[in-house]
Amino acid sequence: MNPAGFSEQLLRAWAIAKKDIRIYYIKGPVLIFGVFMPLFMFLAFLMGTKQLPLSFLISGLVGMTLFFTATAVSPAIFPWEGQAKTLERLASCPVTVEAIVFGDMIASTLFGIGITIITVIIGMMLGLSLLHGITLLVAILIAACCFSAIGMLLAVPPTNVPSNIMMLSSLIKFPLVFISGIFIPLDQMPAWGLALAVFSPLTYFTDLVRYAFTDTHYFPVIIDIAALAVFTAIFTVGTMYLHKRTMPQRM
Amino acid sequence: MTSVIHASDLTKIFGKSTAVDHVSFEVQGGEIFGFLGPNGAGKTTTTRMLTGVIPPDTGTATILGHDIRSEPVLAKQGFGVVPETSNAYMDLTAWQNLMLMGELYGLPRSRAEQRSSDLLGMVGLLERKDQKVQAYSKGMKQRLILAMALIHEPELLFLDEPTSGLDVQSTQMILALLRDLNRQGTTIFLTTHNMEEANRLCHRVGIIRAGKIVAIDAPEKLKTAIDRVHKIEVSFDREISGDALSGLNSVTSANRTGDKWQITTQDKDATIRSLVTFSQQNSAAIVTLNTLAPSLDDAFLRLTQEAQP
Ligand SMILES: Nc1ncnc2c1ncn2[C@@H]1O[C@H](COP(=O)(O)OP(=O)(O)O)[C@@H](O)[C@H]1O
Ligand SMILES: [Mg+2]
Repeated sequence: MNPAGFSEQLLRAWAIAKKDIRIYYIKGPVLIFGVFMPLFMFLAFLMGTKQLPLSFLISGLVGMTLFFTATAVSPAIFPWEGQAKTLERLASCPVTVEAIVFGDMIASTLFGIGITIITVIIGMMLGLSLLHGITLLVAILIAACCFSAIGMLLAVPPTNVPSNIMMLSSLIKFPLVFISGIFIPLDQMPAWGLALAVFSPLTYFTDLVRYAFTDTHYFPVIIDIAALAVFTAIFTVGTMYLHKRTMPQRM
Repeated sequence: MTSVIHASDLTKIFGKSTAVDHVSFEVQGGEIFGFLGPNGAGKTTTTRMLTGVIPPDTGTATILGHDIRSEPVLAKQGFGVVPETSNAYMDLTAWQNLMLMGELYGLPRSRAEQRSSDLLGMVGLLERKDQKVQAYSKGMKQRLILAMALIHEPELLFLDEPTSGLDVQSTQMILALLRDLNRQGTTIFLTTHNMEEANRLCHRVGIIRAGKIVAIDAPEKLKTAIDRVHKIEVSFDREISGDALSGLNSVTSANRTGDKWQITTQDKDATIRSLVTFSQQNSAAIVTLNTLAPSLDDAFLRLTQEAQP
């Protein structure tokens, strides 16, 4: 066994993910938030605007659900553990910063996927027909990784005050929703809006979900998937690099 | 014997203050090394640099043959750490905490389970293994953290003030365990501000003050190094004045403690002779007369005060 080897570190990242799920995700309030948020958004959408078809809106809702659930908890994990001094324990264990970050990403990816699948099932019970199931599954898998990397990027500022990080991440997350074609179809967006939209990974995921449910899309499917994959790679490498630099400042 | 910890020129600066200032020392395999110093001396900062939690500003540390900066995982695989502040996961049970450690150190599940039951038995927590750590007392938490640090049978154990603020029972249990571990070959690096603890436990101590090492030696040698100062305890059958005592030939000072006088001197022999003469001249019979061995406390105080700028 080489403790510093890739496969060994991967196993240790999985141990961190299991710990996260146990401590931070399988908790009454978190689960209730995860299930009720999309449910209430469905209701709001159903009662709201009638100008856009329901299937259009629900695709946006699935996009938002994955985005918000995959980034909901992970930005606060480092501040929590910094405060509780358990982060110091991890820092003195034979795990790399990359493995710790990756473990946190796995946990939020799984949480995001779980809640999103529930949302899709609710949508289908409401009469939505799923036209491209495989594409949707691939899209959810890649986008969940991508959004969880964003969640960890939001955690980079080395503060041990969870509420600071939560405030900051809300400031970044909400505007992103408005430029990602969730409420306004991409083809109705002004040029400047579209110019912003291409920089949001949520745009491509929403486009894929829309394709899966309505067979319409703005970008070619392969471009959507490629864009998500590229964002995922950049954000994952970026967040690991930045955390490696800021980790000592948390101690 | 091989050097297990090799610290060379370790320095850490926080803002304007230098917490650790060019600290160098070595710890040999099989030793219990005590890192002794008053609060704020830089013990925790040094321990954190040695265990790879924070990077030094300058200097290097080689632990078990691996540089802590360039091969952190390989170095960390070989040691266990009991940090200064308790840090098991409060929302997990003792058992879950130990299983997590087992996985982080890459132990097979069955081995981790075997080790965990053994260790929990050893620290007296087996009955409460399925209780969340939240409900534990400070002493129980500290014993659990010691067990967590030992899950992978490390060759080297770091402990940062492991007994500070603990009840007598937990303290005794932890110190006894450390002695046993050391007998079985574990090298121990321990920080403390408790001279008595260092004296009883450690083979060698390094004394740190304001970020600088002021002495490294065996406790006995540190004590004899300050053999220039002696203490004599004396009591008489009637009241006598302190001024009369401290005025005696060769006496440096005389302080009253209860019904006894504690006398500091550079020359034991001369002082005892003058005390006897004094008792005859003043017809005050001597009730007790003890020469006190120098304590590590004295050595510590002297060493840390001498270095005062
Ligand atoms: N993270 C930190 N930021 C700023 N100053 C620190 C930090 N950690 C320790 N110090 C300072 O460094 C000095 C040494 O502290 P420490 O190593 O904790 O001492 P000890 O463990 O011997 O009590 C103290 O003056 C302390 O205030
Ligand atoms: Mg300390």
